[in-house]
Amino acid sequence: MTSTTDKRLDDLADRLGLNRRSFLKFCTGVAATLGLSSTAGIQMAHAVSQQRRPSVIWLSGQECTGCTESLLRSTHPTLETLILDMISLDYSEALCAAAGYQAEEAKHNAMEENKGKYVLVIEGSTPTKDGGIYCKIAGKTMLEHVREAAENAAAIIAIGSCASWGGVPSAGMNPTGAKPVHEILPGKNIINIPGCPPNPYNFLATVLQYVTFGTLPALDDKNRPKFAYGRIIHENCERRPHFDAGRFATEFGDEGHRKGYCLYKLGCKGPETYANCSTQEFGDVGGGAWPVGVGAPCFGCTEQGVGFTKALHEKSDVTTHTPPDIFPDVNAQSGEGATAMSAGILGAVIGTAVGAAAMTVKQLSQAEKDQADSAHSKDNSVGE
Amino acid sequence: MSEHQALSNKKLFTLPTLILAVISFIAVVILAKRFIYGLGAVTNLNDGYPWGIWVVYDVVVGTGLACGGYAMALVVYIANKGKYHPLVRPALLASLFGYTLGGISAFIDMGRYWNFYNMFLPSQMNLNSVMLEVGLCVTAYCIVLFIEFAPVFFERFKMHGLREKLDKVLFIFIAIGVLLPTMHQSSLGSLLIAMGYKVDILWQSSYLMPLFAILTALAMGFSIVIFEASMVTVGFKRHSETHLLKGLGKVIQTLLAVFLILRFGDLIMRDALSSAFSGTFKANMFLLESLLFIVPLVILSSSKQRNKGSRLFIAGFSMLFAGALYRFNAFLIGWTPNATDTVVYFPSSQELLVSIGIIAMEILAYILFVKMLPVLPKEEHA
Amino acid sequence: MDRRKFLKMASTGAVIATSSVSGTVQARGNLPISDQAVGMLFDATRCIGCRACVVECKDINGMPPESASPDAPWDNAQDLSADTLNIIKAHKDENSDDFSFIKRNCMHCVDAGCVSVCPVSAMIKDPVTGIVSHDPDACIGCRYCVAACPYNIPKYEYDEALGQIQKCQLCNQKGVERIDNNQLPGCAEVCPTGANIYGTREELLAEAKRRLALKPGDRYDYKLNSMDSSHYQEGTVAEYQPRVYGEFEGGGTQVLLLAGTSFETLGMPDLPEKSYASVSETVQHSIYGGFAAPAAVLGGLLFLARRNIKAEKNNAEQAKKDKEEKDS
Repeated sequence: MTSTTDKRLDDLADRLGLNRRSFLKFCTGVAATLGLSSTAGIQMAHAVSQQRRPSVIWLSGQECTGCTESLLRSTHPTLETLILDMISLDYSEALCAAAGYQAEEAKHNAMEENKGKYVLVIEGSTPTKDGGIYCKIAGKTMLEHVREAAENAAAIIAIGSCASWGGVPSAGMNPTGAKPVHEILPGKNIINIPGCPPNPYNFLATVLQYVTFGTLPALDDKNRPKFAYGRIIHENCERRPHFDAGRFATEFGDEGHRKGYCLYKLGCKGPETYANCSTQEFGDVGGGAWPVGVGAPCFGCTEQGVGFTKALHEKSDVTTHTPPDIFPDVNAQSGEGATAMSAGILGAVIGTAVGAAAMTVKQLSQAEKDQADSAHSKDNSVGE
Repeated sequence: MSEHQALSNKKLFTLPTLILAVISFIAVVILAKRFIYGLGAVTNLNDGYPWGIWVVYDVVVGTGLACGGYAMALVVYIANKGKYHPLVRPALLASLFGYTLGGISAFIDMGRYWNFYNMFLPSQMNLNSVMLEVGLCVTAYCIVLFIEFAPVFFERFKMHGLREKLDKVLFIFIAIGVLLPTMHQSSLGSLLIAMGYKVDILWQSSYLMPLFAILTALAMGFSIVIFEASMVTVGFKRHSETHLLKGLGKVIQTLLAVFLILRFGDLIMRDALSSAFSGTFKANMFLLESLLFIVPLVILSSSKQRNKGSRLFIAGFSMLFAGALYRFNAFLIGWTPNATDTVVYFPSSQELLVSIGIIAMEILAYILFVKMLPVLPKEEHA
Repeated sequence: MDRRKFLKMASTGAVIATSSVSGTVQARGNLPISDQAVGMLFDATRCIGCRACVVECKDINGMPPESASPDAPWDNAQDLSADTLNIIKAHKDENSDDFSFIKRNCMHCVDAGCVSVCPVSAMIKDPVTGIVSHDPDACIGCRYCVAACPYNIPKYEYDEALGQIQKCQLCNQKGVERIDNNQLPGCAEVCPTGANIYGTREELLAEAKRRLALKPGDRYDYKLNSMDSSHYQEGTVAEYQPRVYGEFEGGGTQVLLLAGTSFETLGMPDLPEKSYASVSETVQHSIYGGFAAPAAVLGGLLFLARRNIKAEKNNAEQAKKDKEEKDS
C-alpha cells in the first residue's frame, strides 16, 4: 500500500468516526457475506476510499418502507453513517432531509449529473391499473418515475419482495394491478433482492461488489444473487435434524414447540423458500435471531407463489434436490466374493478329487489290461 | 460264518490317516470359533445368500453322496438281487457317516441351534414346511442307519444273542430305511419350490423338483457304491468287484435316461432351454452339468464299456459330480439373491476348510472302521 | 407266471398305485385376506427422502446405527439388514435429474412365504390383523425364511454368536405393541408428507385406486399418518405407474406401493399372482397328505423286505445243508 492510499483510508476512517482497523474489518465482513476473500475486503476498502461515491437514486412505490428500515438496522453503531457515506444517496423519500420541490429537484440534478452512472434502487411495487394512479409522487405516477429513472441508470436493483415480484400489494385480487420492477421494465437487467424485508447485507454486499469491482454477483433464473438466494432455507436450517428425525411442533406452545422442534407442521415454508435467513439471520445478535429460530414458522416472504399467497398454516411443498450420492441406492452392491485363498482352496479340493480319480482309473485300467493279458496268455497256453 | 472281514492285517494309522486327522482337526478349531463368535466370523454368508456351502454341500450334496446304503437296500432287499449283498455293508458305512455328518453340519449351520428341539415338538411343528419333513426324516434315518449297521458291531464283539434278536426285526428297519431317504431326498429338491424366482429358470422345475431330486439321488447312491468300491480295490489292493458293479451301472443308465428325458422335456415346456446358451456363467454351468450327466449315460449304454471297471468308475465319478453340480447350481450358483441381483457370495477360506474337514472326517472314519470292523467282503482265495 | 412272480408284481404295483392316487390331492390356491387385515400405503411420489421413518424405526425397535463403510461414522445403512428394519433407497435416473425414493420394509404378505416354510412355526401370521411376526424362542436359525422371501426381508444376525432373525413387525411385536395399543407404526406416525400411511388393507387399496384415477397436475388432499387421521396435506397429483404394487403380487401384500417410476426400476420383484408358498405346499401335501402314500409305500416295502430276507435265509440254510450233505 502506498502512503497516499494509507492517508486516504485514514481520512475516510476519521470522517466515519472509526479507526482504520474497524473500517477494514467491516469491509472484510461484507466481503465474506458475498463469499469473497478478505483480500477482496481490503480491495473494497480502498475502492470506497478512492472512488467518487456512486450516486444512488432510491425510489419508493407501494412500499411500507420496511426495506429501508431493515437497511438502517445493519449492525454496528455509526454504520448508517458509513453506508450513507459509501454511496451518495442522492434521493430517498424516507431519509431525505429535504422535502417537496427541493427533494425532487435534487433528484433531477443528481440524475442529470450522474447520467449513465447512478444506481437506481426501487423499493415497493408499481401499480399499473387505471394508468397507475394508485401511487403518485410529486404529481406523477410511480410508473412514470420508474421509467424515467431507469433510462439512464447504470444498474437497477429491486429491493424487497414488492419490487422483486409484487409482494403484499399484488396478493389476492391485486386491486391496483401492482407489478414488480422487472415487469415494468422488460428487457432491462434488474437485480432482485426479495424479502420482507430482505436481509440488509444481501443489498449491501451487492452494492459493494458493484462499487468495488464494477460487476454484479452471479444471479439465479429469477435474477436474485445466488450467494443469498441460491439455497432453500430448509437446507441450512438449524432445526433440520428434527425434521429428518420426525420431531415436530404440532401446536404453538406445545412441548415440541418449546423444545425447538421443526415447525414444518405449523406451516413453515422453509422447504420451498430460497433465502439465506437461516445462515445470515437478522440483527447481528448471535444465534437464533430469525423467525424459525424464535419459533415462528417461515412464511416464504421471498418467494413468489408462497409468501402472501399460501396460507400461513398450509404445509409447504418440499423442494427436494437430487439425493446425494451417499443416499442408499436401489442397486447398492454387497457381499464377499472369492479371494485368492478361498479360490485356491476350492481349486485344490477339486484338483485332489479329480487327481485321485484319475489315478484310480489308471490303476483299474492297468489291472484290466493285466487281467486281459493273463487270460490271453492262458488261452494261448491252453491252446498249446 | 461271516462273509465279511475286517482289514486287521493293515496298519491302523498310516500317513493318509494322519493327514486326514490334521485336516479334521483344523475344521474342529474353526468350528469352535464359529460357536464362540457366530456364523459371520467364519463364513461369508450374507443377507442375500442365507445358505452357503455348509448347507448346500455338507447337507444337500453330502446326503446325496450318502445314498449308497439306500441304493443297495433297494436293490438287495426290495428288488431281491441277493448277489449284490457283499456291497451292502461298505455302502451302509459310507451312508452312516455321510448322514451323521450331514445332520451335524445342519446343526452347525443353524443360527439358533440350541432351539433345534422345537423341530420335534408337535406344538411347534409346521406341517406345511418342507424343511420340517427333511429334518425329521434325516434324524430318523440316521437312527435307522445305526440300527442297520449294528449287526457289524454285534459280529465284531461276538454279541450273537443281540444279533439274532435284531435279525428278526431287521426287515422293519430296512423297509423304513428305504422309505425315509425316498421322502427326504425328494424333499431336498422340494425345498427350492418356495424360493420362486430366486432359483434360476434353468433349475426351478417347480412341481417336478422332488422327482428330479430323487432320481439324481438314487443315481448318486449307485454311483457312490461304484466309486467307493473301486477306491477300496485300488487303495487296499483287493480283487475287483466289477462283476457286481456292472449290474449297478445298468441301473444308473436307466435312471439317467429317465431323468434326462424328463429334465430336458421340462426345460423345453417351460421355454427355458434357450437361456442355457446365453453364455452367462450360470448358463455355462448348466451346460457343464448336462455334460457330466450325459457322459455316464453314454458310457453305461454300451455293455462293453459297462464291463470295464475303469469305465464304470469314470461313469460313476462323472455321475457323482453331475449330481453334486446339479445341487450346487440349483441352490447356489443359479441363485438370484434379490430382485436387483446385487449381492455376491463365495465361501470364505474358513468355510471351505470346515467342509473339507468334514469330508476328511468321513474318509478317516471309513478307513478306520473298515480296518477294525467286518465291513468289507471276504476275499476269496484262489 | 408263478405265484411268486405274481405277488412280487402285485405288491410293487400297489406301491406305485397308492402314490399316484394320493397325488391327485386338491392344489392349494393363495390364502384368503382377513377382513381386518391392516397394512400401510407408501406413495413414492409423496416421499421427500427425509428418512424420518428410518430414524423412528431404529428408535422404536432399539436398533443400533449402521454405517455405510468403515470410514463413514454416521448412521447411513445402505440396505435392510439385521440392524435396519426399514430403509429409504433412492433411484436416480442416469440421463436426467429425475429421481424417486422407495421405502423397503416387510410387506406382510397375505400368503407369506416365510410363514409357510418355517419348520418350527417361528414366523406367525396373525389371523386377524395379518401382521407377520417372529418368535425368536421357537426359531432354530435355519434361515429358510430368508431364502423364501421374494422381497428378501428377514435378516439374520450373522455377526452375533446368538443371532436371531430380524424384520419389521409393524411395530406390534412383544414389548412394543403399538397397534394393539391403538397407536400407529412409527414410520407412519412421523412421515411429514403423508407418503407412508397406516390403515386397513381395504381402505388403503381403495385410497390407492382413488389416487390412480386422479388427473396428474390436479390438487389433492393427501391423508397424513393414517386413513383415520383428520390431518391432510394438499399436494399436486403426480403421474403414477398404473398399478398398485402388492394388490396381486405373490398372492397380495398388506403393504401397498404407488410410484411414478416403474417398480422394477425401484427394485421390486415382478411376481406371479400365485404365491410360491401355495405351489410348495401343494407339492408337499400331494405327496404326504394324511401320510397315506408313505404308509402305503411302507406297507409294500415291509412286505417285500420281510419276504426277501426270509427267502435269503432259507436259501443260505439250504446251501449249508447241501454243503454238509456233500461233505458227509
